Amino acid sequence: MIPFDFIYCRPDTMEDAYQAFVQLQTEGKNPYYYAGGSEIITMARAGSIRPGAVIDLKQIPQCRVLSLDSEELHLGSVCTLNEVKESKLFPLLALACGRIADHTNQCRITLGGNLCGTIRYRETCLPLLLADASVTLFGRQGLRTVPFTSVFDGRMRLDAGEFLVQVHVPRKALQAPHYHIKQTASEKIDYPMVTVAALWQDHFLRVACSGLCAEPFRSAEMEAVLNAQNLSGADRVRKAVELLPQPAYDDVEGSAEYRKFVFQTILEALLEEVTHGPL
Amino acid sequence: MVRYEGKTVVNLEVNGELHQLAVRPSDLLLDVLREQLGLTGAKPGCKNGDCGACTILMDGWPVKSCLVLAVEAEGHRLLTVEGLGGNAPVQQAFVEANAFQCGYCTPGFLMVCYGLLMQHPTLPEEYVVEEWLQSNLCRCTSYREIRKAVKQMYQKK
Ligand code: FES
Ligand code: FES
Repeated sequence: MIPFDFIYCRPDTMEDAYQAFVQLQTEGKNPYYYAGGSEIITMARAGSIRPGAVIDLKQIPQCRVLSLDSEELHLGSVCTLNEVKESKLFPLLALACGRIADHTNQCRITLGGNLCGTIRYRETCLPLLLADASVTLFGRQGLRTVPFTSVFDGRMRLDAGEFLVQVHVPRKALQAPHYHIKQTASEKIDYPMVTVAALWQDHFLRVACSGLCAEPFRSAEMEAVLNAQNLSGADRVRKAVELLPQPAYDDVEGSAEYRKFVFQTILEALLEEVTHGPL
Repeated sequence: MVRYEGKTVVNLEVNGELHQLAVRPSDLLLDVLREQLGLTGAKPGCKNGDCGACTILMDGWPVKSCLVLAVEAEGHRLLTVEGLGGNAPVQQAFVEANAFQCGYCTPGFLMVCYGLLMQHPTLPEEYVVEEWLQSNLCRCTSYREIRKAVKQMYQKK
């Protein structure tokens, strides 16, 4: 059980959701936007957060969209990982969704929850970083659509009270050759030791990674060496490992050195695949 | 906009019946099913989303009821193991395949398997079955028999 009470709101519109947030914050209620609920419920039960109110976004039509037009794939923030996966519209994202938690939890965890939550891996961000995705947000100025990378640097940087409405993925990236590998410490269902996602687009290998450092990343410098035709495969990998944007993460699941070793092994396998054709 | 504060009456559709229940917004669906409706089939195990003992179906898909607020379940069709009736093909298959020992995990497994049958009316590929079953733990390690039961369930339906 959750050992305290909170207010539960379920708005039907984006405006109502934002207004509710502002109002509840003014009342000192410490409101949280709420989607699948897995993280908020577990943390509230354990006493690590204490929301005075939750604002459930699942009733808002714009947050539930899952559609493809001539330009882009549009994914509402409350689409569950399972819905994204079952839609089969973006295979690389489907692979990422299929390796987060277990299947039953994938029927509850949402795309927005995975991106905006506090669990540091945020593995759905990897395909979005690679695909030049954009996001639509709702906040004080109403709706705004911006490149994903302008509000994501390993975690979402939203204005106060702002929430994620949709993610947009350019069509070009959807069926591009891709690669996804997640290494865990032991069990298949676990947080990643290292997850690497890659996309082959315009004869260029794009690579993003989670688990290796404190936050997920895509690095232009690392991609430059991985694509350097004048270097041998071994040199590309060695140099790429030296270009981590942050120190490798070190915890009980895996030491920093071991994580780097796993990353190196994955990159070797990835380059091998690239050499033998489009992933 | 719905706004609930303090104890509130909500309508929940469980096993085809509509129930009016007084709940706090922070009450978990698992606790409400067990303590208010007496539907003790869904079991508390980890209460952390890990073990699957509390699995029920919501609109035909499995969910871990320890990770759902009761107020969120309004407007959705809920099915617990009691709603299977006792003699459903999935239940017969579990009995015939001896797919349990202590039985604590069994309601959760039954609901996952029933959900699988609903979403995949013909036996899907092996990896799909594995993916669905991986959501649940059996401390008595009846996994082999459970896999057998899934196959039998598809033969029976
Ligand atoms: S009690 Fe719900 S998953 Fe364990
Ligand atoms: S039969 Fe005992 S836990 Fe599964």
